[in-house]
Amino acid sequence: MVAAQVIFLAVGLIVLGSAVMVVTTRSLIHAALWLVVTLFGVAALYAILNAGFLAIVQVVIYIGAIAILFIFAVMLTRKDLRDRGAQQNPGWWLGAVVAVLSFAGLLTVMRGWEGFSAVPANTPAGFDAVAALGNALVQPDAFVLPFEVASLLLLAALVGAVYIAFTRK
Amino acid sequence: MNLWTDPIGVIAGWLGGLLAAWSVPAWLAGFALQLIGVVVLVSLMMIIDILLVWVERKVVARFQDRLGPNRVGPFGLIQPFADIVKLLIKEDITPNGADRVVYNLAPILSLMSVLLLWAIVPIAPKIFGVDLNVGALYIIAAGAIGTLSIIMAGWASNNKYALIGAFRQVAVLVSFEVPMIATMLVPTVLAGSMGMNAIVQAQNVWYVFTSPLAALIFIVAAIAELGRAPFDLNEAESEIVAGFHIEYTGMKFGLFYAGELLHAFTFGGFWAILFFGGYRLFGLERLGPLVAAAILMAKALFGYWVIMWVRYTVMRVRIDHMLALNWKFLTPLAFAVLLLTAILHTLLRGTSAAVYGACMLFANLALGAIALEIVRDFTKRQRTRTDGAAAAAATAAGR
Repeated sequence: MVAAQVIFLAVGLIVLGSAVMVVTTRSLIHAALWLVVTLFGVAALYAILNAGFLAIVQVVIYIGAIAILFIFAVMLTRKDLRDRGAQQNPGWWLGAVVAVLSFAGLLTVMRGWEGFSAVPANTPAGFDAVAALGNALVQPDAFVLPFEVASLLLLAALVGAVYIAFTRK
Repeated sequence: MNLWTDPIGVIAGWLGGLLAAWSVPAWLAGFALQLIGVVVLVSLMMIIDILLVWVERKVVARFQDRLGPNRVGPFGLIQPFADIVKLLIKEDITPNGADRVVYNLAPILSLMSVLLLWAIVPIAPKIFGVDLNVGALYIIAAGAIGTLSIIMAGWASNNKYALIGAFRQVAVLVSFEVPMIATMLVPTVLAGSMGMNAIVQAQNVWYVFTSPLAALIFIVAAIAELGRAPFDLNEAESEIVAGFHIEYTGMKFGLFYAGELLHAFTFGGFWAILFFGGYRLFGLERLGPLVAAAILMAKALFGYWVIMWVRYTVMRVRIDHMLALNWKFLTPLAFAVLLLTAILHTLLRGTSAAVYGACMLFANLALGAIALEIVRDFTKRQRTRTDGAAAAAATAAGR
């Protein structure tokens, strides 16, 4: 076992453990903070795979914006921030069953896959992953259409949010 | 290769040879060298941080026509050390109902988010932690951890003032991130890279001359990100006592305080790197890495001084004014500067440096003038409207 695999396993354990904590902890704020740990672990996984750009964006978007918004929403909607009430979702066992089933399904599908013991290949010297990604996003024969559609969708969401929040004077 | 032209390389080579002679395996030796590098960089920053306390207090004293610390040691230089001893021996209080783990984690994360930034600072051409090719985004990512630490502190303290301070700070940070990213993209466009070292290397003409507007917006957004006056709503003493760190005592408060000072100095450094040529100064940096490091530190101190200058002369802005300034003025302007820079940079490719620089500078100044004119027109109309309404109300009351 090489160092990369040891690090991968450690990070994977952190991600899984904190993800379990997200759904089992009773305090909503704690759940949000555990979610931050999970998302950070995913960013670390990207970094291990030499995808520095994705790792940084993961931290900026998911921790800097989404997790903070979660915490904000919890703080604004709860009367007592220290609430440790009973389980609120009566269908929690259904989610657990689905999670276990999908994990088992993935395991059976990927049983014969040799990727588990693979080590990420080193990118060739002088290969600029960010430049390649940027070019792919604006090339007509690559991802320019999904990129533009996603931008349009976000713009529509932005306009909608402004419209809802706008008070006519 | 000698100690003057490549000090880090020589020391690393010597240490590596020493470890190899002790028959330490190569991967462990490499790991140890990296670890030593990190510890040295962090310690250096913390020592600078101690001196920054003294710098800040002396400068604020000058601005307020006082002497500042002058009793302990020459020019009060020993004062910060006395302060540290005081902070260390103070009683450590955890408030009732505080969330212990989160409460204790927050100050550590706060200082960590600042120290993380120094990983990508090119102190000299060959002295840097890592030359990340997404450096500009990394700054924002580290800032996200700082935001998280503030909201953790505010929530875990179990104090209404702390919570309000955290709310305010998050509102400010999330919104001022937008113009900040947009202005950091201007040097990125000009240099053709997001890496800090590449941006410094590309600045034959400082970007403050090719894009003064971006430099201005960047420092305004940086001051807001730091949560310093005039944008210090998170700890506005007269309104919410001390905001998010109200419950922290002793060294835990010290960590927040140290983090804030070092953050200001660090953003001074990034201002220097992005817009003032980093470690470059008329070719002086070729004399040696230590000279280059000294140049960068001097420029970072200049940026820090500007931030202090603004802090101690401008009064606090109300939160709705501040958010309006951000969303209605800085954000559109920052994106306009980015668009203008990108278009001009493409159009002027191949022209001489003088034409290129003059066009860029003129376009920036024109854009700034137009923006100010629009704002002036808008406020004038608003003023006549409110004045008219007030006059109508006065006549109505008079009858």
